[in-house]
Amino acid sequence: MAKPLVELRGIIKAFGRVRALDGVDLAIECGEVVGLVGDNGAGKSTLIKILAGVLPPSAGEILVRGQSVSAWDAARARAAGIETVFQDRALAVQQSVMHNIFMGRELAGRFGWLKLSEERREAERLMREVGFTSKDLSPRSIVGRLSGGERQGVSIARALYNRAALIVLDEPTAALSLIETAKVFGFVRQARSAGRSVLFVGHNIHHVHAIADRFVVLDRGRIALSASRGELPSAEALITFMERIAGRPAVAAPAGDRV
Amino acid sequence: MSPLRHLLDVNRAPLGTLAVFVVMMAVFFFADPRVFSQWTIYRSVLTTLPVALFLVVPLVFVVTAGEIDLSFPATMGFAAWSFALVVHAGLSPWLAVAAGLVTGTLLGFAIGSLVVRFNLSSLVATLGMGFVLRGVIQIANEGMPIALTSLGESGLRRIAAGFVLDVPAQALWGLGFVILAALLYNRHRFGIHVKFVGDNADSAREMGIDVDGVRIATFVLVGLGAALAGILSTLINYTWWPTAGEGYFLPVLASVFVGGTPTWGGVGTVAGGATGALIVAFIETGVVGAGLSGFYVQFFDGVVIILALIGHRWNQPRYR
Repeated sequence: MAKPLVELRGIIKAFGRVRALDGVDLAIECGEVVGLVGDNGAGKSTLIKILAGVLPPSAGEILVRGQSVSAWDAARARAAGIETVFQDRALAVQQSVMHNIFMGRELAGRFGWLKLSEERREAERLMREVGFTSKDLSPRSIVGRLSGGERQGVSIARALYNRAALIVLDEPTAALSLIETAKVFGFVRQARSAGRSVLFVGHNIHHVHAIADRFVVLDRGRIALSASRGELPSAEALITFMERIAGRPAVAAPAGDRV
Repeated sequence: MSPLRHLLDVNRAPLGTLAVFVVMMAVFFFADPRVFSQWTIYRSVLTTLPVALFLVVPLVFVVTAGEIDLSFPATMGFAAWSFALVVHAGLSPWLAVAAGLVTGTLLGFAIGSLVVRFNLSSLVATLGMGFVLRGVIQIANEGMPIALTSLGESGLRRIAAGFVLDVPAQALWGLGFVILAALLYNRHRFGIHVKFVGDNADSAREMGIDVDGVRIATFVLVGLGAALAGILSTLINYTWWPTAGEGYFLPVLASVFVGGTPTWGGVGTVAGGATGALIVAFIETGVVGAGLSGFYVQFFDGVVIILALIGHRWNQPRYR
């Protein structure tokens, strides 16, 4: 069997005495769209931040293409082909679209001098790929002048550069219009058919169910369910499952583990 | 957007500052055309202005990164002190320059590390560090200056602060420094990282930028600039004073903001800051040159600062 693209083994993240993640095992295969759902405080954001290298795990192992990685940080995660579109979009709003697309990965020559015309050409190409059609928008437009959907587009364009192997989308459809949501779905399908993996994290279970091949339910820091689309054919079945675990006490949490 | 429109748009802040400078000089010129058509007055401003440039330009980086460094006058005095000690010991002035630059860089690194590692407010922490450094100078020197008459004949003095066709050499060095810094700010990975950190430090971190490293580097830049300023000012005066740098505190800070770098971080302008320093330097000369008494200087300083700030606020929208 082919090795998973990314694998998390026994990931624990503790903030003081609270365990936000309590032994998470999650494997993402190549070309697979995984839908990650869970209630508020289930640990979704923490999991994403660990995957993106923004937060270090307290314990556990991260494997990329079967290789265990050490000294995992945001720069290494991106170098390994993991791109994250954060819920807050992680943009610098006073800078241009082009600078945002290349944030942390600027095209520079020797001694760090920027290749601005190359960045501009590449940014133009990526903006077309994401579906920017407005003539008012150019790579030099300031992000602060853009609408929410357009900002999302900049964030996605950034994730697209460099042919990322795994794209993590954190609540990508929150606060978007119907048309913009459809655009995001189109983008996910496009990524899958190009052989990339997507981790689609969301609150809206209908949205997640509509797009994912496999569903992972996170509950109080643990994986409560991992099921394929075949096993959970309707969004209602997923919702019923989540309602059931919401009414249940914490899964075998040792006493004193929660404050 | 046409290339020309774009060029005007991205340079609106420094162009605004330049407009303020031109209007101000026109007023001075009409007030006394005789004084302001002589080279002497410009030569005298160009003699001391470069000292301020070495301070203003690095501060633009720090403010863009969303921080502030109020310890630069003390760092300047401290680095110049190490320069003076080496010269006074009879060693080569060039070695003294190296000593001054190393001292300034190390102080900048120490101050930056203090702010970043302990997660302190740079406003208060650098104010404190300024007092500490100046205090050490005062304790060690008890108010006594160091006279450095040997500097008069040195090759260093001719190269750093001599005259080229009646233009003070330091003005050319200062101009070179401004151009290099402007390139670093606008065309280099470091410059854009400074802007990302000041614009949204969390985003920068999430995109793999070494936020703490960038912040510390901006303080190092101030330390280096302060050392250059201190060495230059000592070279001009042949004397190091325990108060060296103090007189630059408020004029230099004013220059940064008059130049069009806003207080909130993420954006700024090196060329504007340099023009701001030019404006502040000319106010004093201009007010006196126009026949008013020196008592008017502070008043006009204030008026120009406020007017420039209003102009920039109107000229430069803030995006959130």
